[in-house]
Amino acid sequence: MEGFHNLPPRNRGEGTEEVFVPIKSDRDIIIARQRGKELAASIGFSSTDLTLIATAISELSRNIVIYAKSGGITMKPLRQGGRKGIRVVAQDEGPGIPDVSRALQDGFSTSRSLGLGLPGVRRLMDAFELVSEVNRGTTVTVRKWATPEGG
Amino acid sequence: MRKLSLAPSVSPSSAHELLRELVAHLQQNRTLLREEWARRITEAKLLTAMSKDEIFAEATAVYDNYVEALESGTFEALQAYARNLSERIIPRGVETHEVIGIVLLLRDVLARSLFAKYQNNFAQLNRILDAYEPAVNRISNTVAVGFVQERERVIREQQEAIRVLSTPVLQVRERLLILPIIGVIDPQRARQLTEQLLRGIRTNRAKVVVIDITGVPVMDANVANHLVQTVEATRLLGATVIITGLSPEIAQTLVTIGVDLSKMYTVGDLQGGIEEAERLLGYKVTPMGENSHSA
Amino acid sequence: MQVPILKQGPYLIASIQSALSDEDLVQLRDALVAQVGKLRSRGVIVDVTVLDVMDSFATRTLCDIAHMIRLRGAEMVIVGIQPEVAFALVRLGLKLEGVSTALDLEEGILYLDRKMIDSGKEMSIRER
Repeated sequence: MEGFHNLPPRNRGEGTEEVFVPIKSDRDIIIARQRGKELAASIGFSSTDLTLIATAISELSRNIVIYAKSGGITMKPLRQGGRKGIRVVAQDEGPGIPDVSRALQDGFSTSRSLGLGLPGVRRLMDAFELVSEVNRGTTVTVRKWATPEGG
Repeated sequence: MRKLSLAPSVSPSSAHELLRELVAHLQQNRTLLREEWARRITEAKLLTAMSKDEIFAEATAVYDNYVEALESGTFEALQAYARNLSERIIPRGVETHEVIGIVLLLRDVLARSLFAKYQNNFAQLNRILDAYEPAVNRISNTVAVGFVQERERVIREQQEAIRVLSTPVLQVRERLLILPIIGVIDPQRARQLTEQLLRGIRTNRAKVVVIDITGVPVMDANVANHLVQTVEATRLLGATVIITGLSPEIAQTLVTIGVDLSKMYTVGDLQGGIEEAERLLGYKVTPMGENSHSA
Repeated sequence: MQVPILKQGPYLIASIQSALSDEDLVQLRDALVAQVGKLRSRGVIVDVTVLDVMDSFATRTLCDIAHMIRLRGAEMVIVGIQPEVAFALVRLGLKLEGVSTALDLEEGILYLDRKMIDSGKEMSIRER
């Protein structure tokens, strides 16, 4: 995963229509999810999927605002064989997550504090990757694929 | 714009001339060759779903597109025609083997005409065939593949329609929706089911939904989870869910994934569920001891 | 972005007009709690029909509002959750614990009316 993001888009085998939204304040959360929804719609996701994607982006953006103070969301269309999808990367240079396995543990749904909401985000998406280093930052990468009939 | 590829023994300039000669031959003998082809189609008992006139009309169109493709070396027009033809004949019940059959017959009819024309000039016949064969094979392929792709598309559409039809959301009374589910549900169908139901609740302003799973023989943990999510989402829309026809097996699956069955509103059979729903709808005052928080 | 809060008889209706930032949600919470106290409202309806996304913060804040309003003796009901949003909430694993929901404004008012009748019944029983 390290260095992967430094490669030019073509070398990663993915499309080049990338959308980047810097995240600094809670207003940026709305912008990020709106841009995400627009991109996902252009890819052809169903209305239900649009909401799932926008919700995931909202959660990821908020984590950046709360814990890292600033960072960014990068979204891009994916193509694999015949199917289309979207990739969202939430990156920050914040404090990092000390106990990643704990953060990914389910079971916070009944408590008042939902922590980072990462298990939830994982449930919304098809693929989920997390890289975090204390004092260096956190990168969350999620992917979602549109079903063939667009449903 | 893909150009026709030629056999290696032919040089490009003479290949061009050969193709011109070929095209000229096909155009001159158009009437004869089309009729021959149509005759052989009928003889081979192909396209039985169509009348003689229809066969001849389509044969004419295919023939002309064929020659056009040979002449221009481009395939867009042919591909478009193949798709258009497929769209028309698939609903008539024409099968793949018939389409491949007629395309091969045309190839044979044209080849025979070339044998006849160049019977006294073996060397020229060979040269012409070198130009003809790759071109006509490419064309035959285009038409056959076009048909098959269209057919696959239609099948997918039909499957989709069946899927949608087999999870109907029925409004039987005001404010009451029934969702009878039959068969084995896969995750995709489960998703569609939820979307249809939730939209239906909004459209019909339903207050009670009866989900009948009498006709569902088995449910894996994944789909069971989905069912639970559907129930929870329905509550968020202010409706009460009654599950009917819950078999002991599926009840066990639900317990395994951690569902508290006492929190689920279940009734033995669909009839009982509808009666219970009507009772709920007839209430003027909220009954006490309701587990759900919906209004 | 101020959310308009209208008084309708004993109830307050907060009609969300557009996407709310975290700050807007907090302001809404404070405004509703203050108004309920000032006007002694018996019920609050929050209409989220327009929201195309409801995430964990929105849910948490709405639960907070419901909790605080109940402390002031009023009931709260959320109306107009969109089908796709309901689906996403459930997938995310967010339960609106302790918050009532209804389909739309009309249903929301009916719900509050019923609640008032119920509590009225309880009151008259106690008075005997």
